[in-house]
Amino acid sequence: MQRIGVFVCWCGSNIAGTVDVQAVSEALKNEPGVVFSTNYQYMCSQAGQELIINSVKEHNLTGIVVCSCSPRMHEATFRKTAAAAGINPYMVEIANIREQCSWIHKDMEIGTEKAIILGKAAIAKVNLNAPLTPGESPVTKRALVIGGGIAGIQTALDIAEAGFPVDIVETKPTIGGKMAQIDKTFPTLDCAACILTPKMVDVAQNDKIRIFSYSEVEDVKGFVGNFDVKIKKKARYVKEDICTGCGVCTEKCPMKKVPNEFNLGMDNRRAIYIPFAQAVPKVATIDPNACNMLKSGKCGLCAKVCTAGAIDYTQKDEIIEEKYGAIVAATGFNPISMDKFDEYAYNQSKDVITSLEFERLTNAAGPTAGKLLRPSDGKHPHKIVFVQCVGSRCESCAEKGKEYCSKICCMYTAKHAMLTRDKYPDTEVYVFYIDVRTPGKAFDEFYRRAVEEYNVHYIKGMVGKISPEGDKLMVRGSDLLNNKQLTIDADLVVLAAAIEPDKSARPLATMLTASMDTNDFFTEAHPKLRPVESPTAGVFLSGACQGPKDIPETVSQASAAAAKVIGLLAKDKLTGNPCVAQANELMCNGCSSCEKVCPYGAITYVDKEFRMPNRTTAIRRVASVNPAVCQGCGACTVACPSGAMDLNGFLNKQIIAEVDAICK
Amino acid sequence: MQVNGEYKPLIVAFCCNWCSYAGADLAGTNRSNYPDNVKIIKVPCSCRVNPMFILRAFQRGADGVILCGCHPGDCHYTSGNYYTRRRMALLFSMLNFLGIEKERTRVEWVSAAEGAKFAATMNEFTEAVAKLGENKRLEDLRCKR
Repeated sequence: MQRIGVFVCWCGSNIAGTVDVQAVSEALKNEPGVVFSTNYQYMCSQAGQELIINSVKEHNLTGIVVCSCSPRMHEATFRKTAAAAGINPYMVEIANIREQCSWIHKDMEIGTEKAIILGKAAIAKVNLNAPLTPGESPVTKRALVIGGGIAGIQTALDIAEAGFPVDIVETKPTIGGKMAQIDKTFPTLDCAACILTPKMVDVAQNDKIRIFSYSEVEDVKGFVGNFDVKIKKKARYVKEDICTGCGVCTEKCPMKKVPNEFNLGMDNRRAIYIPFAQAVPKVATIDPNACNMLKSGKCGLCAKVCTAGAIDYTQKDEIIEEKYGAIVAATGFNPISMDKFDEYAYNQSKDVITSLEFERLTNAAGPTAGKLLRPSDGKHPHKIVFVQCVGSRCESCAEKGKEYCSKICCMYTAKHAMLTRDKYPDTEVYVFYIDVRTPGKAFDEFYRRAVEEYNVHYIKGMVGKISPEGDKLMVRGSDLLNNKQLTIDADLVVLAAAIEPDKSARPLATMLTASMDTNDFFTEAHPKLRPVESPTAGVFLSGACQGPKDIPETVSQASAAAAKVIGLLAKDKLTGNPCVAQANELMCNGCSSCEKVCPYGAITYVDKEFRMPNRTTAIRRVASVNPAVCQGCGACTVACPSGAMDLNGFLNKQIIAEVDAICK
Repeated sequence: MQVNGEYKPLIVAFCCNWCSYAGADLAGTNRSNYPDNVKIIKVPCSCRVNPMFILRAFQRGADGVILCGCHPGDCHYTSGNYYTRRRMALLFSMLNFLGIEKERTRVEWVSAAEGAKFAATMNEFTEAVAKLGENKRLEDLRCKR
């Protein structure tokens, strides 16, 4: 029989406000196994934990029930307390009387009644708990960073700095991500390339970092400390180690009309290309969908002009298998498609562009060499309208836009408006906005400068319709502050498109078994206290894959994720989860049902000798669980027809005891 | 279940640790009310729930049992909720035969981010079970004190 202590927490007034904690601790006193019951203001505080430790010693307790907040919050805390008091940490159960009780019920009587039932269920479970000892597993001291934008770059550099090897996997032929496409950064207006490219070079030169560019993660298996990852290195038809990046092939290739994705299709590249001058690795890539040689076997010009002999038309996709201890998702974002926003005439007029296209138009390395010219006729625009929140904060249009605020648009629109007025003072600039959101260091000052020093016309209101008329774009919108409708004959319209997670994030999350929110942003382990970790152990989050972020925030989160990875890789051994499946060999009949449902391949069969009646022995095939591989889902326990399989920490009899306690 | 001579539906909710239990926590954090009839039992994965647990709850007087897991494709254990879906489809198809209305059970997918959905689901399910009235058919009379 257990000797159980019940500790009811007030959580200040969070629990005590709607649950009579005194009544709960009194009511639970007489439950079977309970020898001590008390309540305290903050059980998780040092004084509260000392209360538990002292009571364990005083009453010789073997099990602990804490009626408090969610076990997701403080189970680990109280397990440590139990260990400090000298009892097995897995002899602790939490009754969640805050999230599941006091916070959802307003009536004291109802809250108290439910808290007592939840407490009884936890006591019933602890009565059947047994001490558990976690196993240990080694840590592979290598990290994988998925995504080579500024987030991935910063994370990789910081991990490498601590001395651990890192691999970056990037789907594009070069690292750099969105930041490489941007012209200037707010609020300092320094040039994005000038601050990014040195970091890209650092990555290339760091002997701890390997870059798998033009590659994708194919498969992830394993668990924290021991991930087995398959990386598909797509054939680029150029030998990476031989190509010098001289670029002669990219000038001679006859396929001249391939839309250049780096400039968002606003100009053309060749079939063999280097995305931009500072690309890392600076290696040419052949686009198999455009190359004549690969499509029909006729051409081969690039191989002729390549003095290094780097072209290899027979190259095949290559699968690389590697082990990692930690994985960082840094898959970033994309602007949403403007296809469904007919009212803004994005598909009707070349002169309606997105903000990222505007960045390319103003970038010295862009399609117009940095001159702000209309995409349709190459003329200088004299009147520009910026439209904010295109698809952001769009509650009513969930099917085409996003409900959330994309966070960065207010600032980059102010930047675009300011830069335009600075370079072309003869250009009139209008900005339509719902709200201007500038919560950041020196952000509001920046926006005010745009309005006050640069005379950008900010208009509070939404644009209802944009229609091309002649070579003008008639922008019809409302001016809410003056309560009137406006029509502006603009030369160029720039849409601040909402941002969404990259499309590769969803399949990646499935591979990593990391959770996502309804918008496909990765979910963090705790929104406030563990913002760079995924709930899946060993998986970390860096940058905009977790939520919309500007560059400074991305970099800080990237470094934070790196710190977490370093903390993990610095360990030689990890303690596992002792709540794993276990087969009762006497009951097991070796039918293989459990092996078939195990997602981890943790179950094997061994031949064991059993004593039989009349002093005979027999050899039987029985299931054996590898505790280092088992993750404790419990699929096997239900599949087992003879009831031989059970899950430690969630035994059949424990769950049934909980059911009984609730239904009593 | 009778409480002080009045019918008050008792609902047992099995919630997986990674999605639905966290969703229930979020409902609490957001102060989204749902009926106190619902009592949650935490399981590592919805696939841990043996159909026997559900029948046991009905035997002991539960009026409704709801099983919540991660959305298909999002299971923390990759495929656990697929097993749940199949097992429960089989169990539910036999409930009428056992004498329990099928509407007393349900499988719902609730993610860790769906606190509002959790509360709404529990409100709706409790209402639906309340309409069905008391579960008497499977009650194990031996359990009566």
